[in-house]
Amino acid sequence: MAEGPAVVHMPRSLVALFPGAPRRLEARGITVAEVIDDLDRQIPGVRNRLLDVGPVLRTHLNVFVAGVRADLNTPVPPRAEVHIIPAVSGG
Amino acid sequence: MVARTTLLIGTPKGAFILDGDASRRDWQLRGPLCEGWAIHDISVDPESGAILAGGASPWYGPAVWRSDDAGATWTHSSEGLTYGDDGPKLTTIWNVTAAHGAIYAGVEPAGLFRSVDGGATWEHVAGLTNHPTRSEWQPGNGGLILHSIVPHRTDPARLWVGISAVGAFETRDGGLTWETRNRGVRAGFAPDPYPEFGQCVHKLVMAADGGEHLYQQNHCGVYRSSDGGEQWEEVTSGLPSEFGFPMAAHPRDPMTVWTIPLNGADQGRFMPDGSAAVWRTHDGGESWIRSGDGLPQHDAYIGVLREAMAVDGLDPVGVYFGTSTGQLYGSADEGRSWALIADNLPPIWSVETMALG
Repeated sequence: MAEGPAVVHMPRSLVALFPGAPRRLEARGITVAEVIDDLDRQIPGVRNRLLDVGPVLRTHLNVFVAGVRADLNTPVPPRAEVHIIPAVSGG
Repeated sequence: MVARTTLLIGTPKGAFILDGDASRRDWQLRGPLCEGWAIHDISVDPESGAILAGGASPWYGPAVWRSDDAGATWTHSSEGLTYGDDGPKLTTIWNVTAAHGAIYAGVEPAGLFRSVDGGATWEHVAGLTNHPTRSEWQPGNGGLILHSIVPHRTDPARLWVGISAVGAFETRDGGLTWETRNRGVRAGFAPDPYPEFGQCVHKLVMAADGGEHLYQQNHCGVYRSSDGGEQWEEVTSGLPSEFGFPMAAHPRDPMTVWTIPLNGADQGRFMPDGSAAVWRTHDGGESWIRSGDGLPQHDAYIGVLREAMAVDGLDPVGVYFGTSTGQLYGSADEGRSWALIADNLPPIWSVETMALG
């Protein structure tokens, strides 16, 4: 387990699906996949919104770790900023 | 207490709700709901009164939404709505139907899921996907979709589904095994016009009597069955076209159904001659009556999709349909005359009624 949780920034359209969920929260994990698992513990159901079968990130979602586009296996350093951003291709 | 009708509307830009007054003349619009997700179907659980909506977000995938307070607040879930990590990607929900304590979801690619906890979790009804014909199923223009779900009125083990372009199936054992129900239904586009399966059913509905009496609007005609779909009889004669999508059955008279013929599959799919009309039969399809009273009769190149017509339970019955160009029309006299209820909506994919006491 990394020291210090990542700080995850969630898009408006995602938190709107989970009444009471914050736009910014801390989550633990050494990969993006683990961070999403921790998000799902805090916000049950959010994993299903982010991942498609495979599992892979859904086609029109991007995750950035410390400003760099990531996939599920991307390492998440301690206290990294993680941004979940809907792609413009989905709109 | 005077019964009022509420209309539930699914569109590619969210769900909407129209609350009617007792006269069914004045309507108040609420929405968009479901966070603007593309909602293919919206329906009511007759036992709990919950509103259910099925569809998908382009970003966040498919889910079934549920509201227990007439649409004021919503939850959603897709837990278990998957063919598994090795299976095909489930793209959206086309039908949500509740009956006998369960909720069924018809999905794309075609398959059936069931929830017995109010939509919180779902299980795949694998018996249908395991049907020996599955490898030969071919999609219709709208994709390989399970779009019609028709529960038996009293027997929870019996259920019919319609899949495009595969046809109708029935289970009599709660979904473990399924049989094709397409005998007598034409597939005019196929080398064998009466195959066991491969028909392009557009909409299946059940008549108001005991549970064996079905109707369907097909790509190739209108049909009725009096034996649970084991044999179908074509009743297209008298209609201006064999092609159309929606169909609705009278809540009390098993011989009355409504349909909206479109000019043809390869001719634009709008109402014939740009003149809008709903057709009804009162004798099980032996004869058909056109009504365009109150509908645009010139330059109306409008279409209506498979889920976009519904009836209420009042007397006389209210009939409602939404167009693929965002108009919603209603009739408070069983389809004899019509009025515009709402305009400038997104394309209407689904219309359902809900009674408020």
